[in-house]
Amino acid sequence: MTRSPVLRVGVKILLPYIMLFALYVQFHGDLGAGGGFQAGVIFAAAMILYSLVFGLEAARRVVPPRVAEVFMALGLLLYGGTGVAGLLAGGNYLDYAVFSPHHPQHGQHWGIFAVELGVGLAVSAVMLSIFFSFAGRRRAE
Amino acid sequence: MTWQPALGEEWIVLPLLTLLACTAIIIVRMRSLFAAVMLTGAYSLLGASWMLLLDAPDVAFTEASVGAGLSTVLMLGTLALTGREAKAPRQRPLVPLLLVALTGAALVYGTLDMPFYGDPGAPVQRYPSPSYLERMPGEFDVPNAVTAVLASYRGYDTLGETTVIFTAGIGVLLLLRGRPKRNESADAASRKRDRA
Repeated sequence: MTRSPVLRVGVKILLPYIMLFALYVQFHGDLGAGGGFQAGVIFAAAMILYSLVFGLEAARRVVPPRVAEVFMALGLLLYGGTGVAGLLAGGNYLDYAVFSPHHPQHGQHWGIFAVELGVGLAVSAVMLSIFFSFAGRRRAE
Repeated sequence: MTWQPALGEEWIVLPLLTLLACTAIIIVRMRSLFAAVMLTGAYSLLGASWMLLLDAPDVAFTEASVGAGLSTVLMLGTLALTGREAKAPRQRPLVPLLLVALTGAALVYGTLDMPFYGDPGAPVQRYPSPSYLERMPGEFDVPNAVTAVLASYRGYDTLGETTVIFTAGIGVLLLLRGRPKRNESADAASRKRDRA
């Protein structure tokens, strides 16, 4: 935790925009550059910045490590589940066109949206978990 | 027809690649690990700029956020656990130097056979990417071809990558967790010793 007011105020001003940018990259990824992976990393970077300036404990209160672990699995499940949903709808695994039989393009869009969301969740949770477990260790004597 | 740089682009590309090479040499010669980690971050950022010049914004994006951002922080976290100085080498590394020079020469020799950058006759341009680009407008209303290929045409690959990231996360958690428990038992042991 740092006491420097410049850092604290600067990070407080920056954080909302970093997170907003992560959401933009996540949900605008099919239209522009970016996607779930980049968005997840940016979101994790925002939390890491918060934890560098306000301390690990503060960051752990915002995203408890247990929650990060659950989201890790949830993201992957969302990806795999989208594939299974395609199976249930009568198509192939990870075939999104069947979600909307009359507008296969919409189905593809929904599928990509769900899959990218899964990637974003999994990546941000994994990055955060790795950071927490590194930062939470004491120096080996 | 080979790749024609945009007007004046070589004035950006050449300094960028020179800076990349300089950074790499400085990192190799440096003993302070802290400075080396910061310089690898700078190296990643330069690499990201270079990929942006190659018209690969998605890759540049990933390189900038992962290479320059996250991995730098993780390396700093590792430094906090280990030490800030590299040990000086005990002997002159002649054999490794020879090995690296040979491998580098073999790689450069390998690039002689590669098609030029942007060559329309290159295998990667002929198959399968045109078929994706030709099929895309009919099958997707998603304008970003990279996303369409990653998430739909190559959905299995991306599923595999996500699984790899997930597995890496699980692995790190398994390796680095369990530490507090041992600390507690160590604390208990030291308390017992104090009492004795």
